[in-house]
Amino acid sequence: MSEVSKEQSAVRVPGPASAPGEPVVSKATGPAGADGSGESGAPFLSVRDLRIHFSTDDGLVKSVDGVSFDVHAGKTLGIVGESGSGKSVTSLGVMGLHRSANAAISGEVWLDGEELVGADPDHVRRLRGRKMAMIFQDPLSAMHPYYRVGSQIVEAYRVHHKVSKKVARARAVEMLDRVGIPEPHKRVDSYPHEFSGGMRQRAMIAMALVNNPELLIADEPTTALDVTVQAQILDLIRDLQKEFGSAVIMITHDLGVVAEMADDLLVMYGGRCIERGPAEKVFYEPQHPYTWGLLGSMPRIDREQTERLIPVKGQPPSLINVPQGCAFNPRCPYADVPKDGITRTERPELKQVGTGHHSACHMTQEQRTKIWTEEIAPKL
Amino acid sequence: MLRLVARRLLQLIPTLLGLSVLLFLWLNRLPGGPASAILGERATEAEVARINRLLGLDEPVWVQYGRFIKRIFQLDLGTSTQTGRPVWEEFTLRFPATVELSVAAMAIAIVVGIPLGYFAARRRGSWLDVTAVSGSLLGICIPVFFLALLLKGLFAVNLGIFPSYGRLSTGIDATKVTGFAVLDGLLTGEFDASWDAVMHLVLPAVALASIPLAVIVRMTRASVLEVLGEDYVRTAESKGLDKRVVRARHVLRNALLPVITAVGLLTGSLLSGAVLTESVFTFGGIGSFIRTSIDARDYPVLVGFILFIALVYVLINLLVDVAYSLIDPRVRVH
Repeated sequence: MSEVSKEQSAVRVPGPASAPGEPVVSKATGPAGADGSGESGAPFLSVRDLRIHFSTDDGLVKSVDGVSFDVHAGKTLGIVGESGSGKSVTSLGVMGLHRSANAAISGEVWLDGEELVGADPDHVRRLRGRKMAMIFQDPLSAMHPYYRVGSQIVEAYRVHHKVSKKVARARAVEMLDRVGIPEPHKRVDSYPHEFSGGMRQRAMIAMALVNNPELLIADEPTTALDVTVQAQILDLIRDLQKEFGSAVIMITHDLGVVAEMADDLLVMYGGRCIERGPAEKVFYEPQHPYTWGLLGSMPRIDREQTERLIPVKGQPPSLINVPQGCAFNPRCPYADVPKDGITRTERPELKQVGTGHHSACHMTQEQRTKIWTEEIAPKL
Repeated sequence: MLRLVARRLLQLIPTLLGLSVLLFLWLNRLPGGPASAILGERATEAEVARINRLLGLDEPVWVQYGRFIKRIFQLDLGTSTQTGRPVWEEFTLRFPATVELSVAAMAIAIVVGIPLGYFAARRRGSWLDVTAVSGSLLGICIPVFFLALLLKGLFAVNLGIFPSYGRLSTGIDATKVTGFAVLDGLLTGEFDASWDAVMHLVLPAVALASIPLAVIVRMTRASVLEVLGEDYVRTAESKGLDKRVVRARHVLRNALLPVITAVGLLTGSLLSGAVLTESVFTFGGIGSFIRTSIDARDYPVLVGFILFIALVYVLINLLVDVAYSLIDPRVRVH
């Protein structure tokens, strides 16, 4: 108990040297230390208090509202959440691709020691594709329908390398071969519509990795694919990550995907991070009722067929009128658990609950551990 | 590509043949006929029979149709019953003016319309966008002849910037080569004649351009807006491509496809729309001739005109198809 209350005051935004209200990061030295996950060295990507708000006719949409995380080279961060939880917008914000005239972005994104939110957009553009690259959900709509697969890869390569078309084409063939496309020297001249879904996603990956980016963001890379192909694509991403030592952010609503891939997990709800920590901690000792719900709604082959999945009841919150206090409160089965001196309008901040493990819930750690071990875990 | 063009050309034959049958039957069933138009209402039956025999109208329908088709293939459109001169000759005299006017109008609509629609989409909600959208609505609402009268009243009669009628000023001595006044001046080196012809073209072309311009602005704007939101545009940006490259290579090419279709359809309708504009500016095109031909039931002229318009339509559609397959690999025939 004493450990938690101590942390409560110190860790609003991760970074041991920072107190609430003070700037988390000093521009000269880069982002303040990692979030205590025991990782050695500076993280390759540090996101601090990222907020992306869109002003619309209906009001201010707070798609991302104060999200912080680190990703180290060679490691994979899984970002999990329902549709509309802000996970895709977060990744687009990191890439500088939140395209909209009415989008307001604040916070800090440190990529390899460089801050990007306040940086010159043209400078960020030059980092895109070279230092950080992205794989999108639906490769059919994400690839240009009128250009050959090869020339789209060539285009990606030649933005950052002053080489002849011939050299770039050889590189495209090499990449297509590397991602497992048969007869790459022939397929390089195919159009996207002549590829199968799995091949298109492989080509997408080849396009994203053609410049050996140190950060790869995969936004639901397997959602549009057959299950058998999903596994192949995940294997491919994992192999390539090992080969190039890149940092990977895997965005998904599918816990099965991150269970295989992720070193760390970040669970998003209503534009905010509600739980964050090492993957095995979040999977085996989850500290937030929403994470319990996600785990409970995950189909498992070893579960008795007579048992029902436990869906998270209710609808995700509107990001325009996010409930005051805990955004999950209206759907939380434990909303009525007595909480000492905390009103419903008070918003739970991320608190450390273990090594590198944070959760934003008003319940005490004892209450949560009790519910998890007695009520939830036996049913999973 | 050649195979596609050949296939489309072959497909033209049944279309035009079907149209010729329709035309022929329609003309044959019409009350009146050339004889009564030539002789007036009080013609005797003997006189009508003589005229009909002279024009070959007393023979069986299928013989007449056979002769009709044969003549079309020989590019012999017959003789105008009004003027007694070959239809072909009448057309070469008048069509260049109409074609010149239509081409000028379409050029204005494309050159102004596509950039305007594009920038309106890029700066959605700006004054440029609002002006373009409401202006195009106005362009569609105003009847062409009314706009023509307005333009003539303001720029020709009141301000005197442009001439108010005709294709060339009376003092200009231009050598006639093709019948296209602007082109003739350039060919013969009579640049003053070319310039004079251009000045005469401006007002009627602007009036005629109003509707296609409005359509093109709106099509381009809607299409660019749609493409800007496409996933592949975001992918292009994620590669680190410069914004200008993304727009030129990834946005415009896709956005222009529906606009090309619209241009094809609009060009055909321009030819018939030119009739009213021509009469406002006394432009001397095919318009007034067709009108008198309708009154005089000058069948050879009408048939020739309708066939010509149909031919223009199908040829432009062919061009649109070819453009489509050049731009979008998914519609290419293998």
